[in-house]
Amino acid sequence: MKSFRTDLHVHTVLSPCGDLEMSPGNIVLTAIRHGLDIIAITDHNSTKQCETVWKLGQKLGLTVIPGCEITSREEVHSLALFADFDALAVFQEFLDQHLTIISNNTKIFGYQLVVDENENIHEEIDWYLGASLDVSIEEVERKVHELCGIFILAHIDRPRNSIFSQLGFIPPELKVDALQISKLADEKGIREKYSIKPEITLVKFSDAHYPGDLGKTFTLFEMENPTFNELRKALMGEDGRRVHIPEASPKPPPKEGA
Amino acid sequence: MKVSELVEKLGLTVYSGQNGLDREISGGYVSDLLSDVMGNASEGMVWITLQVHQNVMAISSLKDLAAVILVNNLEPQENTIGHSNEENIPLLGTNLPAFEIAGKIYQLLV
Repeated sequence: MKSFRTDLHVHTVLSPCGDLEMSPGNIVLTAIRHGLDIIAITDHNSTKQCETVWKLGQKLGLTVIPGCEITSREEVHSLALFADFDALAVFQEFLDQHLTIISNNTKIFGYQLVVDENENIHEEIDWYLGASLDVSIEEVERKVHELCGIFILAHIDRPRNSIFSQLGFIPPELKVDALQISKLADEKGIREKYSIKPEITLVKFSDAHYPGDLGKTFTLFEMENPTFNELRKALMGEDGRRVHIPEASPKPPPKEGA
Repeated sequence: MKVSELVEKLGLTVYSGQNGLDREISGGYVSDLLSDVMGNASEGMVWITLQVHQNVMAISSLKDLAAVILVNNLEPQENTIGHSNEENIPLLGTNLPAFEIAGKIYQLLV
């Protein structure tokens, strides 16, 4: 079993709040330089930047999982990760169908750009991607699972846009594959504070909006290969796979020039 | 004032929880963050919100609130209605936004 440094919550220039330096090339190179093995691209309510990052990852040796950070009607943020681009395309249709359309004010919210691998602007999204969908968190979860995706509640310890801030507690019918805690959170403290059962997996990701965020926060996935199915197994604790949040983020391994 | 009187005076829609219409109102609270309501609302209040999720009723029951009023003509989710009936806490609706309905209730109560 190998150990993979994994960060499944990363924004790009497509997210209004994502830094303009978060181009596909910069993300992949920075992630590799800082010792990450697997990342997921999770822009707010859009999947349109995933493929370019994935292609660059293929070329340069970084596993990139396509995904999204979704805002439900309760304004709860969750992460969806998909095994392939067919599922991702269906999910994009779901987003297009349900996102509340508010025009984007770049002065307030920032630019929302889809760029190619050479950082040429391919598309600028005119409506605000930080708006919410008109569907409940349960409907989002059902859609993700219908498409055989992984569903994770995002930054559950944050005072806004978390399941606990918006809805007080995790609705009993909601099927979560894991809960993501934010970079400074302490796993044990969070489990106690929110009475999270031991069988629910916690993971820690960066929620990176700037290149400097990459590599500092990750979860170790102990599994055979850096694939989607192995990730799922590790989250479920199946076949000896497991996840482990490092106590304090250690220095990156000597992987310079990789 | 009882919830039933409030319904009558303001022409509120009663979605569910009819058995709780004789609950006595102690005051009101306006919030869309359920964590905030858990911390700051108190017994007997009417809660004005745009959240239609079933957790609204669980928290109303936890805090022993008198009723929930959904604003802007928003309709509750089906399981929210179910919980309201189980808990006997009326789930009400208005076409007014939170500011206006809160103002009207404030005038009636204070």
